[in-house]
Amino acid sequence: MNEEKHVLSIMVDNQPGVLSRIAGLFSGRGYNIESLCVAETMDSVVSRLTIVTKANLPLIEQIKKQINKLINVIKVHELTGSDYVEREMALIKVNAKPEHKAEILRIVDIFRGKIVDVGTEHYTIEVTGTDGKLKALLSLLKPIGIKEIARTGAIAMFREGK
Amino acid sequence: MKLTGAQILMKMLKEEGVDTIFGYPGGAVIDIYDELSRTDFRHILVRHEQGAAHAADGYARASGKVGVCLVTSGPGATNAVTGIASAYIDSIPIVIITGQVPTHLIGNDAFQEVDIVGITRPCTKHNYLVSKIEDLGRIIREAFYIARSGRPGPVLIDIPKDVARGMLAFKVPKEEIRLKSYNPTYQPNMKQLQKVIKLIEKAESPMIFAGGGIILSGAAKELTEFARTTQIPVTASLMGLGGFPGSDPLWMGMLGMHGTYRANMATSVCDLMIAIGVRFDDRVTGKTDAFASQAKIVHVDIDPTSIRKNVPVSIPVVGDCKITLNALNELLKEADLSELAENRGKWLKQIQDWKRAAKLKYQHSDKVIKPQYVIEKLYELTKGEAIITTEVGQNQIWAAQYYHFDKPNHFITSGGLGVMGFGLPAAIGAQAACPDKLVVDVAGDGSIQMNIQEMATAIQHRLPVKVVILNNRYLGMVRQWQELFYDKRYSHTSMEFAPDFVKLAEAYGALGLRATKPEEVESVLREGLFSDRTVIMDFKVEPEESVYPMVPAGAPITEMLL
Repeated sequence: MNEEKHVLSIMVDNQPGVLSRIAGLFSGRGYNIESLCVAETMDSVVSRLTIVTKANLPLIEQIKKQINKLINVIKVHELTGSDYVEREMALIKVNAKPEHKAEILRIVDIFRGKIVDVGTEHYTIEVTGTDGKLKALLSLLKPIGIKEIARTGAIAMFREGK
Repeated sequence: MKLTGAQILMKMLKEEGVDTIFGYPGGAVIDIYDELSRTDFRHILVRHEQGAAHAADGYARASGKVGVCLVTSGPGATNAVTGIASAYIDSIPIVIITGQVPTHLIGNDAFQEVDIVGITRPCTKHNYLVSKIEDLGRIIREAFYIARSGRPGPVLIDIPKDVARGMLAFKVPKEEIRLKSYNPTYQPNMKQLQKVIKLIEKAESPMIFAGGGIILSGAAKELTEFARTTQIPVTASLMGLGGFPGSDPLWMGMLGMHGTYRANMATSVCDLMIAIGVRFDDRVTGKTDAFASQAKIVHVDIDPTSIRKNVPVSIPVVGDCKITLNALNELLKEADLSELAENRGKWLKQIQDWKRAAKLKYQHSDKVIKPQYVIEKLYELTKGEAIITTEVGQNQIWAAQYYHFDKPNHFITSGGLGVMGFGLPAAIGAQAACPDKLVVDVAGDGSIQMNIQEMATAIQHRLPVKVVILNNRYLGMVRQWQELFYDKRYSHTSMEFAPDFVKLAEAYGALGLRATKPEEVESVLREGLFSDRTVIMDFKVEPEESVYPMVPAGAPITEMLL
């Protein structure tokens, strides 16, 4: 069966050790984590974890049940298959030789990014978007010369019914 | 009133109905032990912390209550880990209280410090580090609630020394426990159960596969009624033995790697398998693609993760085994079972034919003691009434095959983790729970040496457990694999250098007996079993006897070596 990308949004008790329980579950059972993002929600005793994983259908069912079984997990939502918004932020440090500066600025503009740090030999770009958008940007910047990348991993939410 | 953390712990244990604690003192729990000396808890001083965890496990299984053990920080806690892991995979409710270094030293690599909450995260149902005394009362209540509810399991509470010594104006919490993130499903979906009844009405060759969930939810009576009403033959996993009477004509014997011929053959042709309180362990299914491949599988379990983890299921039912069986029994009163007798005749005859074709058997001898013979005699002399604990390996499987369990809570074995050294401390726990019962540990000469120090515990606390050693001078199960699959290369499985178990028993202050010839077996058993002392019986058995039937690991379970 085909392995596909699944985005899970998990509400957990905001307590020490909870992240380790979830990460330990994934490593202990051989599940894969593509990215993981965690922060407090409006309710300070609850955190939201967004995990992107790759699995076939029976396995993703098992993964969701196993996460649900953890005592500190309040709710597991699978976003994949529903209408949802997904965003990720990246900081990209690129070589900025004089002959490339204009092109970099043009690309950044097209992708609605920002330059957040400038040096004589580099630009640092801030950009948000889906995984697809970030990949497209990176492929355009690669020939110019990427020095460093930091990515947050995806965060996601259901869209509200209209 | 102001109480210390240690006093709060004692008060809360009393509230939870605890009467017996298995433990071992140390620096980080010295304040708890000091307080313990002023209470009337029965404390059983083990000789190694692994023994404390297994004893709590044995106590829980024999009594149906939550077992409790108390150990110190660092090595005390790590020694208990094997016992915790075994209780976890077998779903046994125990609460483990560990001492911890004072909170200001945590993370400093202090003396006897270990991150036991981190270490036991994957082998507990849940665990807690009590970082402030205000949380202690609530955490203890939650721990017992989580341990015994839903799919039971071990819960660990790590109490730093300054929390045990701290003071708090304390009132026992009385409000109902509500965990927004934990809410086990007990009630099955009735629509699913209607579908099950429909399948039962139509099925021509159905079977029931019962597991440890039957024992844990106390559903043996309900299962028996269900099977008899529907005339469906029953098999069980190792953990399910005793969940259905071994003397009933519908009983097919155990399933799996060392299951009976008829139970294993039945899986391959049955058209309906009703699996209740099982998790389809690889030792049961063998090659999963070939397992019950003709059947619609109904799977009842309280843990949703058990369902569709290892085998595809047609009708999943999440719920408590006992409640579900009760509901099914009610529905059956309305069901159309008119053609039942007719429908089942052929199928039950087929099972009888398999039974005749390949019974559980062994080569009898009048020269050398056969281990199976010892278990048969043990069964006869105890009339099947004893609580049997086992070590792990051949001794465990022979006990499962030749002691025909009629009642639940009478077979106590480390099923999932397979811990050698489990049987003696588990027997101690079971004997502490059931002082009037005969408790027998069926052991091998290898396994018994893994926790032999607990003999001193049994003697000190006057727990008259009986140890039956099937002494073959080998690590028998591994030797058997080496014989069958590794051209008899017996790499390091010889246990020739062992102590004289009779003298060892005497050294501990127990009664030691030995049988070397078949005609001595019965008299040694009689003397040992009916003594009021702790006893080791050393049976020198056939060294190269093997357990049959056997399915090679990974093969379909119908491919048995008989």
